[in-house]
Amino acid sequence: MKAFTTHTGLVVAMDRANVDTDQIIPKQFLKRIERTGFGEFLFWDWAKLDDGSPNPDFELNKPEATGASVLLARRNFGCGSSREHAPWALEDFGFRVILAPSFADIFYNNCFKNGMLPIQLSEEQIDELFHRAAQHAGYELTADLEACTLSDTHGFSTELEVQPFRRHCLLNGLDDIGLTFEHEDKISAYEAAHA
Amino acid sequence: MTASTDSPRTLFQKIWDNHIVHSEEGRQSILYVDLQLVHEVTSAQAFEGLRLAGRRVRRAERTIATADHNVPTSDRSLPILDQISKQQIDTLRDNCKEFGIKHYDLNDPNQGIVHVIGPELGYTQPGMTIVCGDSHTSTHGAFGSLAFGIGTSEVEHVLATQTLLQFKPKTLELRVDGELRPHVTAKDMILYLIGQITTDGGTGYCVEYTGEVVRGLSMENRMTVCNMSIEAGARAGMIAPDETTYEYLRGRQFVPQDFDAAVKRWKQLPSDAGATYDKSLTFAAADIAPQVTWGTNPGLVVSVDGKVPTPGDFEDATEQKTAAGALDYMGLQGGEPITDLKLDRVFIGSCTNGRIEDLREAAAVAKGHKVSDRVSAMVVPGSGQVKQQAEAEGLDSIFKEAGFDWREAGCSMCLAMNPDKLEPGERCASTSNRNFEGRQGKGGRTHLVSPAMAAAAAGAGHFVDIRDWK
Ligand code: SF4
Repeated sequence: MKAFTTHTGLVVAMDRANVDTDQIIPKQFLKRIERTGFGEFLFWDWAKLDDGSPNPDFELNKPEATGASVLLARRNFGCGSSREHAPWALEDFGFRVILAPSFADIFYNNCFKNGMLPIQLSEEQIDELFHRAAQHAGYELTADLEACTLSDTHGFSTELEVQPFRRHCLLNGLDDIGLTFEHEDKISAYEAAHA
Repeated sequence: MTASTDSPRTLFQKIWDNHIVHSEEGRQSILYVDLQLVHEVTSAQAFEGLRLAGRRVRRAERTIATADHNVPTSDRSLPILDQISKQQIDTLRDNCKEFGIKHYDLNDPNQGIVHVIGPELGYTQPGMTIVCGDSHTSTHGAFGSLAFGIGTSEVEHVLATQTLLQFKPKTLELRVDGELRPHVTAKDMILYLIGQITTDGGTGYCVEYTGEVVRGLSMENRMTVCNMSIEAGARAGMIAPDETTYEYLRGRQFVPQDFDAAVKRWKQLPSDAGATYDKSLTFAAADIAPQVTWGTNPGLVVSVDGKVPTPGDFEDATEQKTAAGALDYMGLQGGEPITDLKLDRVFIGSCTNGRIEDLREAAAVAKGHKVSDRVSAMVVPGSGQVKQQAEAEGLDSIFKEAGFDWREAGCSMCLAMNPDKLEPGERCASTSNRNFEGRQGKGGRTHLVSPAMAAAAAGAGHFVDIRDWK
């Protein structure tokens, strides 16, 4: 798995709550059997007009969003289906950090498996960031997983709460299956006891 | 203080304790997985991961597979026209063969939606840990198992290790007291609960449904309830096993051979008296009327005798914005009586309401009526077995005579990954579980309802209060 240590990137604000995985990656793109290449289909139904051309009103299509790698959203981001295609698409598009007041569990979990950092902040802090993103052209945030901080260059700084073991795995890009196999003797013992 | 096994424990806690392979402070626990269900959409990359790493499937007999999401529900003897769907279905078949996994293929009489066939074949049993790369895995919790959806990386993890890394969720008791009023169904109850606690009210929790109403529900109705736990944000929903559970399972193909001994074990599972939940909420069954969703998430729901709300009915700015966006997408102004909403399509099926009791309920309403001229209506059984049973009971004839389209088993228009889908702007009464934008086809407008309400709406061409249906 890809490691995540620190990342500074352009912020794109998506002022929507309950963004579900059906929007992040609509089902017609779930038919691929690879893990890569989903980025171009990200938010397809919102990003495209009926004739297939880009929807100029969509947040990610605005010129100032070009190259964005930090996504700022409202509560319950990633709700709905378990499809890991959602984080694959966000990652493939270029996102490394997602900020929201809350995330759906499966999506949150899936992000960590794909080298992306979902950051949960209070509603007030998220409001503040929306405000700052609107105020400063080319607004950037730095998520430093080593120092556990999130900051901008205009005086905003907050501590990140990341579960320590998740942080450890993400910092080192550790493979879950490999980690679990370190306890293979215990799995075998469990199986023997429950046979 | 760590709880000893003598202190009262909840159903969840007992299953959790029984499956811990290894736990360390501050880390995810390694949880043993008894059963994994696999379908074509979320598994290809997991098998590919195994191949790339040179890993094998640890316990192939603990995984079963079927194709459901992509499959056409029209004549199965014809080739699948969508080449990419076909590739995904073929890939699942090849992977199952390569790794030695039992696969219910398209022409198998037991093929069906993964969450319908697991219980039907007796794979799903009380006390088990069950996972699937699908969020509606929560369905299986109806048997008193701990069942939840996982991502594809986790599917691969389970295939390789037969375990999963998990943080322990908190527990939430949703208690419904009293008795449901006539014509109010399990589907109405779960829609109502989601409306009350909202779509993220269950996030971080494993829900246990309790109370008199729940005890009185059939297994199929319990599955309907647990199925939609994820729509409240909860990954898992569960109901303690009881005689209803054991009677449902008795005689099914894959239940334990010494069934009575198994029942004896299962009887230890229900929450002990005095066990506590992290949170408990109580509702009165008498408050629940037939429900209809009006917006673009399952929590945006009202009683059938109510009106579509307006953004002004909501308090905070984000909710107002969500409501305004939902109304716009749904082609509604706000203020319309629900029974005035005219429909173009009706879909009866899915892992929420595609089982035999659901079809009986819908057929009872449809009998002697005709589908309205303005509506195109379809009934899609949840599995091959459901289809067979319905045909044996003559339900298919009732539907066909009324003008419903009678299809082959699959997910069908629940998510429209197959040829069954809504056209932009079409309004649909659906017995499925998600009304997200585009869920049933780009631009399609979905209203979630019970099977009886869907059947009545098909007849009338608009929503009707099932309590008034003659
Ligand atoms: S019927 Fe719908 S919700 Fe159920 S598994 Fe199929 S697509 Fe998912």
